[in-house]
Amino acid sequence: MENNSIIITNNLFKRFPMGKEEFTALRGISLHFGNGEFAGLIGPSGSGKTTLLNILGSLDVPSEGEALVLGRSIGKLNARQAARLRKENIGFIFQSYNLLAVHTVYENVEFPLLLLNLPSAERHRMTMEALEWVGLTDKIRSKPPQLSGGQCQRVAIARAMVKKPSLVLADEPTANLDASNSHHILQTMETLNRELKTTFIFATHDEKVISYLHRKIFLLDGRVDKDEIIRSN
Amino acid sequence: MIKFLIKGLWRDKSRSRLPIIVVTIGVMLTVLMHAYITGFMGDTIEMNARFTHGHVKVMTRAYAENMDQMPLDLALMNAEELLATLRDGYPDTDWSARIKFGGLIDVPDSMGETRSQGPAMGFGIDLLSAESAETRRLNLEKALRQGKMPSLPGEILLSDAFAIKLKVNPGDKVTLIGSSMNGSMTMTNFVVAGTISFGIEIMDRGTIIADIKDVRMALDMPDAAGEILGFLDNGFYDNDLAISMADNFNEKLSANNDEFSPVMKSLSRQGNMGQYVAMSEIWSMYVSLIFIFAMSLVLWNAGLLGGLRRYGEVGIRLAMGEEKGHVYRSMIWESVIIGLAGSVIGTALGIFFAWLIQTYGINISGMMKGASVMFPDTIRARITPPDFYIGFIPGLISTVLGTMLSGIGIYRRQTARLFKELEA
Ligand SMILES: Nc1ncnc2c1ncn2[C@@H]1O[C@H](COP(=O)(O)OP(=O)(O)OP(=O)(O)O)[C@@H](O)[C@H]1O
Ligand SMILES: [Mg+2]
Repeated sequence: MENNSIIITNNLFKRFPMGKEEFTALRGISLHFGNGEFAGLIGPSGSGKTTLLNILGSLDVPSEGEALVLGRSIGKLNARQAARLRKENIGFIFQSYNLLAVHTVYENVEFPLLLLNLPSAERHRMTMEALEWVGLTDKIRSKPPQLSGGQCQRVAIARAMVKKPSLVLADEPTANLDASNSHHILQTMETLNRELKTTFIFATHDEKVISYLHRKIFLLDGRVDKDEIIRSN
Repeated sequence: MIKFLIKGLWRDKSRSRLPIIVVTIGVMLTVLMHAYITGFMGDTIEMNARFTHGHVKVMTRAYAENMDQMPLDLALMNAEELLATLRDGYPDTDWSARIKFGGLIDVPDSMGETRSQGPAMGFGIDLLSAESAETRRLNLEKALRQGKMPSLPGEILLSDAFAIKLKVNPGDKVTLIGSSMNGSMTMTNFVVAGTISFGIEIMDRGTIIADIKDVRMALDMPDAAGEILGFLDNGFYDNDLAISMADNFNEKLSANNDEFSPVMKSLSRQGNMGQYVAMSEIWSMYVSLIFIFAMSLVLWNAGLLGGLRRYGEVGIRLAMGEEKGHVYRSMIWESVIIGLAGSVIGTALGIFFAWLIQTYGINISGMMKGASVMFPDTIRARITPPDFYIGFIPGLISTVLGTMLSGIGIYRRQTARLFKELEA
């Protein structure tokens, strides 16, 4: 398993300044993720899920310890290198969708490909393919405000997946969705994980999400409390 | 990518149309204000030019030294020849000879005895020739209170208050007692054609206006003129043009060592008009600066608000892997587009409205009933070259600067913090 690892963290600490004091959000996280995992960080509010996900996504840096993502040490990347890592290898899915409201569904999904400077014919092919995965080819000209929450999150999944990244980080992706929509998008993500071998890491406390996970990592007060592998890939 | 950004800019009204409208209004008001003040200050200058100074004035050197005393013995000789030279050399300028003089108006009774008498300030101007612009220039028809305009030699206008004081009515004969160029006493009879009131004290106390030919005859100064006034053809005082014209004339036709040789002086070089001209330039700059400052504050704030509103978008773009510098630069380019669009439209609109006010004027005669004729009854703006940049440059700069400053806030912030704020 070591040779196909996508993420290795070693005794990771994250401290935030809080007035004169410091608040330690992560206290020695050592984890290892292999390619193609469908794993989740589970824990109560404030346990450090988002903090860890942000570091893995190179949006933030560790205070101590090391986080290797696709062979790159997050703490040592400069802003430009971090942006490049995100651009080429990482897709994000947020709780609140975070779509660009004035752009169409098509344009939202196409955006990561624009950053990659792909030729337009290829962008079109990939964008349509991603929209097919989430079943939204009939909504390409709609804008986010005209869509339901479930549809918005499917657009966000298409946007995260369109460049076929090796890693997708999803922070509470179902928090704003009802049960049937939640199941729908989880099934979509599970299918993509199976077919494209994309690694998914969730941060969640939603039972519906948890039931889909192949691996459950329980966080408590910034530490790994339990690490359960339900089924290997 | 550029297409993507432009689409976003165009569709997001609060990001494009609203700021463009704000910039447009600010720029337009600045331009309009500047043109208006230039026009207003200019009007005062024009009034002085019309009644006293001309845009340029030709006198003998000696007369120029003692202008206030109206020294007729120092008047220009061969005025018609000099007029012809001026009309020939500066055909775009309207030239008019005038004689200003002092004297005594004597009103005789039926027996020829003095009934009343008063000191008078006289203007000899070209009242009667058809091509003369003087009647219109001094707004005489508007100023007429009783009687009619002079149409024959020997007819004069008298200030209304002066006429009342002397108990003279239109049609009455009066005698002007004056002194000739050589200092001997003269007495000439005139017929009062009408009375006038300009609405300003010094002009209404005791003014008589007569045709210059009659004045020449009365004061025994054939073909002489106290001064020749020149008016630039666009009707506005242009200090640089007036000065260069005067310098040009003086170099060619004025002899330094001859105190009777003619000398041309621009309005700004007569009395303390120079101060006023300088002041009017400073004033319009001053008011414009205040306007520019206010506009900059508004636009800067608009830029700041725009930047804050876009936290979310910035966060998403960063998460997708766009570089911070790229996001920042694209926001600045957007503000350049907005600033340019607003400044172009604002300058165009400002100049259009200023042009309307310049051409048609705002008639305020209703509000000015009974007020001085010296004040214009229409307010006119005036478009000058600064109007093309006085709103444009600050409009563009403050928009871009506002975005830059607000963008720096976003730029400096840690990506992770942006996300915290995004999630909130
Ligand atoms: N930028 C920050 N500055 C200070 N403290 C922070 C910052 N970000 C996170 N924290 C703190 O770190 C702890 C972990 O936060 P984190 O957002 O990772 O929790 P979480 O597990 O994602 O919780 P939730 O389920 O509510 O999203 C919290 O106590 C939080 O207050
Ligand atoms: Mg969280």
